[in-house]
Amino acid sequence: MTTTTGTVPSPRALARQRRRASVARFWRQYRAERAGLYGLAVLTLCALLALFAPLFVGSDVSSVTDAPGRPMQSPSAEFPLGTDQFGRDLLGLVVWGSRVSLLVGLLAAVLSVAIGTLIGVTAGHFKGWYATVMMRITDWFLVMPTLVLAIALATVMSRSLTTTVVAIGVTTWPTTARLVRAQTLAVETRPYIERAQALGGGHWHIMSRHVLPNVMPLVLAQTTLIISSAILAEATLAFLGLGDPTVVSWGGLLQDAREAGAVSAGDWWYLVPPGIAIAVVALAFTLCGRAVESVLNPRLGVSR
Amino acid sequence: MTADATPALVEDKQRTAAGPRVRKGSAYPRYLAGKLAGAAVSLLAVLVTSFFLFRLIPGDPVKTMTGGRQVSAEQLAAYREELGLGLPLWRQFTDYCGKALTGDFGTSYQFRAPVVDKITEALPNTLLLTGTAFVLYTALGIFLGTRSAWRHGRLGDRFHTGLALTLYSIPSFWLGLLLITVLSVGIGPLPGMFPTGGMESGDEEGFAHVLDVAHHLVLPVVTLVAVEYGQTLLVTRSALLDEMGSDYLTTARAKGLRDDLVRRRHAVPNALLPTVTLIFINLGRTVAGVILVETVFSWPGLGGLFYQALSVPDLPLVQGLFFEFATAVILMNTLADLVYPLLDPRVAR
Repeated sequence: MTTTTGTVPSPRALARQRRRASVARFWRQYRAERAGLYGLAVLTLCALLALFAPLFVGSDVSSVTDAPGRPMQSPSAEFPLGTDQFGRDLLGLVVWGSRVSLLVGLLAAVLSVAIGTLIGVTAGHFKGWYATVMMRITDWFLVMPTLVLAIALATVMSRSLTTTVVAIGVTTWPTTARLVRAQTLAVETRPYIERAQALGGGHWHIMSRHVLPNVMPLVLAQTTLIISSAILAEATLAFLGLGDPTVVSWGGLLQDAREAGAVSAGDWWYLVPPGIAIAVVALAFTLCGRAVESVLNPRLGVSR
Repeated sequence: MTADATPALVEDKQRTAAGPRVRKGSAYPRYLAGKLAGAAVSLLAVLVTSFFLFRLIPGDPVKTMTGGRQVSAEQLAAYREELGLGLPLWRQFTDYCGKALTGDFGTSYQFRAPVVDKITEALPNTLLLTGTAFVLYTALGIFLGTRSAWRHGRLGDRFHTGLALTLYSIPSFWLGLLLITVLSVGIGPLPGMFPTGGMESGDEEGFAHVLDVAHHLVLPVVTLVAVEYGQTLLVTRSALLDEMGSDYLTTARAKGLRDDLVRRRHAVPNALLPTVTLIFINLGRTVAGVILVETVFSWPGLGGLFYQALSVPDLPLVQGLFFEFATAVILMNTLADLVYPLLDPRVAR
């Protein structure tokens, strides 16, 4: 907007201006989705809590040797959520666990969506044998039960956070690939693509400058939804004992609780908080994803 | 996993919007052949995946199989023999396929019994659990989804949609643990009302045995229904909402039909089409997704077996179960493909 006075704006400034306008329009419509706003507020809170966790709880919160309390204490003023079988502060552990759960969820979703977008855009842009092979591979992964494949992958690889991220990432991308490919095919029929080709735009130019910006909104909505299932998947893998045993995560806490006999002893305070944390964060991401989806594609009617 | 179902539906919509495929002649046999061929390819894909997943990724498969345990040189040699590691890769693969298709997945390490025996032993228990849960959550999802859509925007709709989304975000194993703590073990004044796990308590015969199994079935089924019905509800609801503005509904109302009849006879049958696909996919998915619920409730089914196999890890058993779960999903997807055109003839055309 700064360069518009008097002269004709440069194409770049024009593009930037238009982009800013569309972001503003998106935000205006997003604000109308009440559930999406709640989700966003919860997520902001959780993200801040996870980022600044070292300020509230020391990094020695997961240390078994110098635990502050006695084993399996019920909630008290000193330990608001009680203690675990080693006498560690459960509130501290849940706060600390958010770092791993959120990080793994985010990374796995980014990996998944990145693979899906790459394959979707290229399979939509290059037709012929490349697209056929890519879509066959996509279908191949699509028929595998996601969770079972992720579990099998995590079983044969070493126990680490990388394993968890990879196991979730490489098993959840096919839906994104299908979606992005369908959108790419729709975008490529538009006249401005033909114009770009006529002006000598290469494959890279068309994919990165014309197709990608148009599939980005879809990718954004998809990422938000996938983070939610990635967080659940991470908790599941950790609960099955396939996560990194050296870090604290919400799923891992539940596994600890089960192994410590919290279920049969009726120690509800050990079981409730990690599960609520998982559910709240997963729900918040789902709400945001649905809000983004219904802003971008009102016809979908997911949250009408 | 909301992300799984909704995009698939979205894509279907976009595909139909892009223009129907034009084909002539009687479409169904050709459609059938196409879908069956697709299923065969998928099955092959599963075979290839299970072969490579458990043999090539870890490096030395024998080392992975023994997992750092103490093994004598003879045992190592025997494992190598059993896996056919001396043979060229393609021979290993064809041998593996031949064995897998006849149901031979080798011998489980921890049970010292053929994998296929363990699977057939556990399968009926899993079918009992998933079958009961499946019928209940599908009925509940369709019923509540229809009502929500018909009265959309009202308090009841907002409540049910919210509850479904919340339950959908809850890890099934956590809900199971909570139910055990509250209803089986008992908290405070509340006595434990249900067994904490397993499928039967012992030596009852006849009808008493049936009642006992049903008693054990309650909590696992409740858990499965709670985490699964939401998706069916949401899909039914949005499919019905799509139909709500249609002219034929206005016509039906103009004829003077009661609101109830308009809903049951006109709107719901059309709206159920996308739900049918989901139902079949769910059926396949539930068999795989039951792993956690069975683990938490010590239910003696395939999922519980999978967990036992993982913790060793007992690779022949993991491999056999992986094949089993994947096959179940493929089978159900194919069934959905075959039934769908009978309900909606436009699909096969």
